[in-house]
Amino acid sequence: MSAIAVERVSHGYGALEVLDDVTLRAEAGELVAILGPSGCGKSTLLRLLAGLETPGAGTVAVDGARVDGPSPERALVFQDPTLFPWRTVRQNVAIGPQALGRLKESAGAIDEAIRLVGLDGFADARPQQLSGGMAQRAALARALVNRPSLLLLDEPLGRLDALTRLSMQRELLRLWQDGGFTALLVTHDVDEALVLADRVVVMSPRPARILADIRVDAERPRAHDDPRLTELRRSILGLLGFDEAVVGRGATAAG
Amino acid sequence: MSATTASPASATTASSARRVQVGAWAGWGAAATAVWATAAGITQWWPNHNVLLAYTGTIVAISVGIAAAIAVGTVAGARVRPVADWIAWAGPWLVVTGIWAAGWQILTAKTGELAPPYWAPPQAFVNTWHEDGSLLLDSTWHSLRLLAIGYSIGATIGFFMGVAMGWSQRVNYWLHPILRTLGPIPPAALVPIFFVILPTITSASILLVAMAAWFPVTMLTYSGVSVVSRSYYDVALTLGARPRFLVWRVAVPAALPSVFVGLFMGLGMTFITLVIAEMLGAKNGLGWYIQWQQRWSAYPKMYTAILVMVVLFSGLITLLFRTRGRVLSWQKELVRW
Repeated sequence: MSAIAVERVSHGYGALEVLDDVTLRAEAGELVAILGPSGCGKSTLLRLLAGLETPGAGTVAVDGARVDGPSPERALVFQDPTLFPWRTVRQNVAIGPQALGRLKESAGAIDEAIRLVGLDGFADARPQQLSGGMAQRAALARALVNRPSLLLLDEPLGRLDALTRLSMQRELLRLWQDGGFTALLVTHDVDEALVLADRVVVMSPRPARILADIRVDAERPRAHDDPRLTELRRSILGLLGFDEAVVGRGATAAG
Repeated sequence: MSATTASPASATTASSARRVQVGAWAGWGAAATAVWATAAGITQWWPNHNVLLAYTGTIVAISVGIAAAIAVGTVAGARVRPVADWIAWAGPWLVVTGIWAAGWQILTAKTGELAPPYWAPPQAFVNTWHEDGSLLLDSTWHSLRLLAIGYSIGATIGFFMGVAMGWSQRVNYWLHPILRTLGPIPPAALVPIFFVILPTITSASILLVAMAAWFPVTMLTYSGVSVVSRSYYDVALTLGARPRFLVWRVAVPAALPSVFVGLFMGLGMTFITLVIAEMLGAKNGLGWYIQWQQRWSAYPKMYTAILVMVVLFSGLITLLFRTRGRVLSWQKELVRW
């Protein structure tokens, strides 16, 4: 039984075809990165897995059960932290337990989640007082507090500056290694995908099909300039339509 | 924060900046004291144009009191920083109002340049208070009660209706046309009808005032709820939220800034409607008082009633803004009242 089983899913909005016969599986505890050009339907795939949308054709199942609506078992983190500005960091992290009617019992879990992302001391801060990186940490804590079995990450580091992104990549890896959840990371940063993921799935421009499913065998932590990754990066960028001659610069500029 | 790490140079700058402000406080304090003392002197020693004018002594006492208070504050400001800050801030206004009070006194009571019945000296307000104080208080109380009941009913209905319309397509289908039909009717236009078809004047007045508050509150709550970002709902849904949570913990808090704009606009509409209803039909209240005094051409008394309205209505708006400031403390750049 796969943790994620997306079987022959096609999906669209009106006349706009977004996903075309996509099949994707992931084992429990795997970290799979999804790479593709902007607007290719990566986010749609995550929304289908989160249960925010129902596929036009095909089936989406998580842990053997067909997805028919959102569930706290499947947490979604957006590119924008979307913290509720009227709530403090702690109150934002508490949304999950509160929505499930377990606010009182979960006080410890909430503090633990805040500590886990390194925001202790900022629990009573308002979202607008946080930097981009800190806001995204808060969003991660909010997603993890329900102890989901599947974490769906929709370009969570896309808006961060280069240095913050590097430290947040390390942070994500640590959370995933300690947390034992399955993770699906949508990104358009080839380096990020290679440094973090067990597998990199490359998608085509819209309507998205899966072009390649590449296993990354290097042990973690991986250096960004690891020669084995350089080789993979070359072939992935080739799939994405970048000429080999400009690959070196294209890889960093793509971020 | 910077004070703890300040270098000697920046410490000097800070203290000289303070000295400038201290000078401003003492100067404005002295000037305002002098102006108000002069106003008191003019009132006291310049003979009145009309020898029958009463309560000149009261005006003198009030002016002396204000001058003395400013003087005490100016002296105390040397030791109490907040008092000095306040005087430095309010100083220009204290001077201007003092000059205005003296000018008013001269043009009305002293020279008769601005003559009764349309113009009134400050003494006339004291006179109104002595002659009509209890009636004015009673009118104020009636206005306040009508306002409170009507506004609460209208705002409450408006809020829930707005939430329902913003949330549910089906509710919106049925209520939106009603809002578009009844909303734009100026409640004042309904006064003659409501006073006839409703059993009591009071119930008619309450309904009119409620309608005045209802429309803006409904409209802005509705629009506030309908523009809440889709992603807030997505976040809450993936965290296990049910519709109840989405309405009361996502939609309503996100819409509150807009709701408060509606409450503010509703309050303004309520003032207008209240006074019109009282003028045209009610047998008490500030609007009625003005209407009634007009028959006797008692302009000073009308001015006094308007002054009471200024204090009352401005106070209510202040109260609303304070509440908003507390509830929406997370929102930056709130317009101040």
